[in-house]
Amino acid sequence: MTRPSIGSILLGLIPFAATCFSVSLWDRIHPMIFGLPFNFFWLVLWLFLTPVCMWGAYHCEVSRTKGDRGEEGSSR
Amino acid sequence: MSPSIIALTITSIIVLIGSLLGFLARFHHKMDLEQWTVAGRGFGLVLVWLLMAGEIYTTFTFLGASGWAYSRGGPVLYVIGYAPLMYVVSFYILPPVWEVGRKHGLQTQADFFQVRYGSKYLAAFVALVGVVFLIPYLQIQVTGLGLIVEVASFGGIHRSLAMIIGVSLVAGFVFVSGIRGVAWVSVIKDALLLATVLFIGIAIPRIYFGGIGKMFAALASAKPDHLVMPGSTTNLGHLWYVSSVFMTAVGFYMWPQYFAATFTAKSAKIIQRNAIIMPLYSITMSLVLFVGFCAVLVLPNLSNGDLALLTLVRKTFPAWFLGIIGGAGALTAMLPAAIQLLAGATLYAKNLFRPIFAPRMTDQQVAGLARIMVFVLTLGALFFAIFTSVSLVSLLMLGYAGVAQLFPGVILGLFSKRVTTAGVFAGLIIGISIAALLMLTGHDPYYGLNAGFIALGINFTVTALVSAVTPVRVGGFEQPSLAMSASTASSSNRV
Repeated sequence: MTRPSIGSILLGLIPFAATCFSVSLWDRIHPMIFGLPFNFFWLVLWLFLTPVCMWGAYHCEVSRTKGDRGEEGSSR
Repeated sequence: MSPSIIALTITSIIVLIGSLLGFLARFHHKMDLEQWTVAGRGFGLVLVWLLMAGEIYTTFTFLGASGWAYSRGGPVLYVIGYAPLMYVVSFYILPPVWEVGRKHGLQTQADFFQVRYGSKYLAAFVALVGVVFLIPYLQIQVTGLGLIVEVASFGGIHRSLAMIIGVSLVAGFVFVSGIRGVAWVSVIKDALLLATVLFIGIAIPRIYFGGIGKMFAALASAKPDHLVMPGSTTNLGHLWYVSSVFMTAVGFYMWPQYFAATFTAKSAKIIQRNAIIMPLYSITMSLVLFVGFCAVLVLPNLSNGDLALLTLVRKTFPAWFLGIIGGAGALTAMLPAAIQLLAGATLYAKNLFRPIFAPRMTDQQVAGLARIMVFVLTLGALFFAIFTSVSLVSLLMLGYAGVAQLFPGVILGLFSKRVTTAGVFAGLIIGISIAALLMLTGHDPYYGLNAGFIALGINFTVTALVSAVTPVRVGGFEQPSLAMSASTASSSNRV
């Protein structure tokens, strides 16, 4: 199998860094934002930002496939 | 009419419409094994999305997540922590899995191991792991179904009766329509669930506190410790959060039913696009958590936290609305149960029974056996749900950790040429043994770390070490001699 490109893997690591490994930085109540405790707000925010990162990763992969194999990657 | 009758009628109507859709889904399709298990690999973005969303949002997340918010507090955030990350992982893993699936006509997760590692014993072991851990998962759905209907009918229907009726319908439409039935029931289930969860997640905090912000402000001043980790627990701290989120994110798609769902897609792009948009669906999960947090102040001293959401809804809204929640909740239990039944039955017939006991079976006989297994597994889950008093939640937690041990075999199988069959086999056995040892003896978390995470680390190490000293028998997916036997030929001309 062709491995995913470095760019797309780096984009995928951003949500991991933001919501998994960094928990002690954001696990607190204040400041409350939009009425949510900060930790809750932070995770909900990343429900929106993760698709943005993965949309970027998708475009990394698509442009690479096109460069490699012409139009073969497009769906029928 | 009494409130009980009103609620019950509405719940029944919803369940019946949902099931009917499941039965009708088979129309115009000849149900051979390929159609029954992977719908002829013809689903577009919408059906794949419905299938994935429908399967992932189970009663365990619906009742369990609000229950955790109620009884444990802060640690429940791990639920919205791992959800987007498991889709990130799926973005990289599922498209190549799908490609191998199309090329070799794979229908199950164990098929993947068979083709990649060329060992029917490894494949059978993978199938066994899948079936064994699917049973507690299935049992949880059945129990949840009983609970939901019992509460929604104000106790008018005993939970055993509700379980028997609900599960018979599920087994029926799975038997008739296979995975197509599951996808079509998802249409009604996801629409209802989305609408009701949006409504109660916003309305309940508003009714009792005047809004979500005011509810959290009240909770933050009354019980500030409840909102951060470790919340109302002593051992679910930050180390636990990181290890649990990581283990669940990489391990979640190792549940065999999600492999089957992957194979239904008609292109790899659909799988990728689905992985991009799925995190947005988890927003509904945070609304479920609002209700659980609300219940902390509104209904203190509940004996069973898992009933927090249903009890609060029953206390707040009129009977007809409870009926809708009951229907949505019942479908939320039935749908994952359906796909779990389907995956378990196929794994047993195709990857466990045929290769080990009856190598001469034809594909048609395998399909027949799988359909019979639907009823056997249904009866098994019903038996556990009705007659065992022990909560099988601990077994399900072991299931999550257990299936995660398949991760090294899948990811190294896809991207490494050096990994060996013996290495994967050894790592898998040791990983599952360690997870079982730690969790069944009450050592989860162990030194603050999720037990499945520890097992996964050791599993990876063992896989690497054994692979280093054993010869590579199969280096990738390219050997045609090792391709699946009869099923490849029959499916390849349809792709």
